Amino acid sequence: MIEAFNTIILILDSTVRLSVPLLLACLAGLYSERAGVFDIGLEGKMLAGAFAGAAAASVYGSAWIGLVAAILVSIALSLVHGFASITHRGNQIVSGVAINFIAAGSTIILGQAWFRQGGRTPPLGSDGSRFETINLPFADSINGIPVLGPIYSELLSGHSILVYVAFAAVPLTWWVLFRTRFGLRLRAVGENPAAVDTAGISVVWLRYRAVICCGILCGLAGAYLSVAQNAGFVKDMTAGKGFIALAALIFAKWKPINAMYACLLFGFLDAIAIRFSGIKIPGLFEIPAQFMQALPYILTVILLAGFIGKAIPPKAGGQPYVKER
Amino acid sequence: MAEYAIELAGINKSFGPVKANRDINLQIKQGTIHGIIGENGAGKSTLMSILYGFYQADSGEISIDGKNTKINSSNDAIALGIGMVHQHFMLVENFTVLENIILGAEDSQLLSGSISKARSELVRLEKEYELNVDPDAIIEELPVGIQQRVEILKALYRGAEILILDEPTGVLTPSEADHLFRILEQLKEQGKTIVLITHKLREIMAVTDEVSVMRQGTIVATRKTDKTSVEELAELMVGRRVLLRVEKGDPNPGEIKLAVQNLTVRDSRGIDMVKNVSLDVRAGEIVGIAGVAGNGQSQLIEAITGIRPAKEGRVLLDGEPIDVTGQADPAMLRKRGLAHVPEDRHHMGLVLAFEEAENSILGYHDDPSYLSGPMLNIEAIRNDARDKIEKYDIRPANCRLKTANFSGGNQQKIVLAREMETDPSVLIVGQPTRGVDVGAIEFIHKRIIEMRDAGKAVLLVSVELDEIRSLADRIIVMFDGKVVGECGPEATEGELGLLMAGVTNDKIEAAE
Repeated sequence: MIEAFNTIILILDSTVRLSVPLLLACLAGLYSERAGVFDIGLEGKMLAGAFAGAAAASVYGSAWIGLVAAILVSIALSLVHGFASITHRGNQIVSGVAINFIAAGSTIILGQAWFRQGGRTPPLGSDGSRFETINLPFADSINGIPVLGPIYSELLSGHSILVYVAFAAVPLTWWVLFRTRFGLRLRAVGENPAAVDTAGISVVWLRYRAVICCGILCGLAGAYLSVAQNAGFVKDMTAGKGFIALAALIFAKWKPINAMYACLLFGFLDAIAIRFSGIKIPGLFEIPAQFMQALPYILTVILLAGFIGKAIPPKAGGQPYVKER
Repeated sequence: MAEYAIELAGINKSFGPVKANRDINLQIKQGTIHGIIGENGAGKSTLMSILYGFYQADSGEISIDGKNTKINSSNDAIALGIGMVHQHFMLVENFTVLENIILGAEDSQLLSGSISKARSELVRLEKEYELNVDPDAIIEELPVGIQQRVEILKALYRGAEILILDEPTGVLTPSEADHLFRILEQLKEQGKTIVLITHKLREIMAVTDEVSVMRQGTIVATRKTDKTSVEELAELMVGRRVLLRVEKGDPNPGEIKLAVQNLTVRDSRGIDMVKNVSLDVRAGEIVGIAGVAGNGQSQLIEAITGIRPAKEGRVLLDGEPIDVTGQADPAMLRKRGLAHVPEDRHHMGLVLAFEEAENSILGYHDDPSYLSGPMLNIEAIRNDARDKIEKYDIRPANCRLKTANFSGGNQQKIVLAREMETDPSVLIVGQPTRGVDVGAIEFIHKRIIEMRDAGKAVLLVSVELDEIRSLADRIIVMFDGKVVGECGPEATEGELGLLMAGVTNDKIEAAE
């Protein structure tokens, strides 16, 4: 009984850890897509951010410098996407795909050129070059209390700062979108940019601000992967998380709170896959590890195949704004 | 306060080689309703866009309330007290009324203050102008007439003293339009200046104090409305005399050519758009279907012409059933003598990137007279197109020109020529004069009546009530997918308007 409970706590604990990069990327996409700029390049921005974060953290020996580097690089790629798709009204999908390719290729080349470890960055240690876990007050002392103790000390306590940032970003995003002027305009520009334009607001500047928000969050996601969850950059370490985040965004119908639940669901499946890979069902057969690992992706396909009902994207999404009269 | 709210002097604006506005001089008095009328492409919208800061004039001066100003953006225009109600509403459809009203006019970074201020301001504006709107309603759930009111409120909330309305009645029922005109009168009494852009002469006569007529980028005349007439304005617009109401003799109905029986059509969203509709069209008569856009007319035509399968019901063409619930397809129906001029010529009637000659045989391209063996006979096709160009006065008379380069009226004539010249027994015409200028309207109307007189059965669908009334021999009104009434061409606009709003005789009696 107690063992089962502890297993559940452990799975939920790793669910939280695994859903953080998805959540940050999903919120990143939310800002961009709510403003009418589709962003298939979440994956690339996250990967570039992860690389820049790990590289800077190992060179300067500071996780915080790594975080800043991750965010700056990710914003830079966001601006490239903005320049192509907002200023020059290019195809947003093509631009996003290009960013994914640039990130996948350049992180390996630069990693090999700078560190000569086969595309990896040097391992980050306990010298402050990696985000340490934070133990909430009294976490150790109340661990012995049944049920509540482990929930507090294992599930809520003992994560890196970026985990708390990610979950704090959910209500913050909701507040920004639905309670501030910027949010009102951002949602409006994704629905009907002409209405924003005729109200005397710059569509271009508004969309640029949205993709910058997207860049910041993707940078956070990348830094979490390489500087907090892992200790260094490994090539292709995002492994499709940017795309799963996009799926979660559609599943969440572009709403922040839903996005959190969607990402937790995907994270949970990931945690299950890790915990139960290769588990034997007594007397029957062994569930292949590959099947468990494929679960999140299978869920993505099922959800996107219309299982979720009608998800209505922002009306002006994907279309460059051309002032016409 | 200066005598004139708006003074424009020597405004010029070119787009490449096209002169959209040439040396425009215009003075609009404070507290009046000033109409600007002209055909499509006459430069009305360009001129108003310059006034609202969308475009900058190449040369010329703008004075607002007696002060010489530069308007470089919509922001400048709003600051000068100019508000605009666009033809296509500039509303965010999934926002509430309040959110739309404060968008761009928020007081601070946080919304809560702006929203409560807008709410109380809205109550005041509603009282003052009798513009009743629920502030918390979602835009897409409101009828278009109310959406337009939101646009007006948006402008008033920003402190507009000058209100420009661009083709405001295009989407309204006659009674909604009348309500709008009452609102405009009210605004005028409060001292606002109103500029009304339209191509509908009736509206100009109904509400304006003065009217300016535009033709080919210039203002050709400005008149006091009570000192001019519809005929004079039409002549000024087109540059020659036009017949506003086509002359036609009495119909000579023969046998039933097209019979629709209990037709129900479901659209792609799974909603029944046409509900149990029955109607007959006889040879030698024009049956008009009136109704506000979106009440099932489009789906009805699509089902009859085989574009969209019907859910249930029967359609008989020349007494022979056609399988509208299954196998009917447009090519087959065309061969059986059913010609179709689609409502939306860009979407369904033409391929704009094709040459005129190619479009003039589209859908009839497997007719042996256009073929030589398996190949198209280009020479025959072009000769045929040249004949049609001459007969239908299509300009420019060049069958090798890309169709996108023809004006709306000439594009429509290309479609009409193609469909009418095949000598069909039934002709279905959707919105024949949408986006077509006055001169071409006259021509198209004459052609449709000629088809009738040649013994064809014509089914006409139009949202233009004037058009239905002047062409149709019998009028069927559709509302919410159902036929709600049938009347003769002598029916008044008021009677039709009530039917179009879904008020049937029983309902009137019940209310009494």
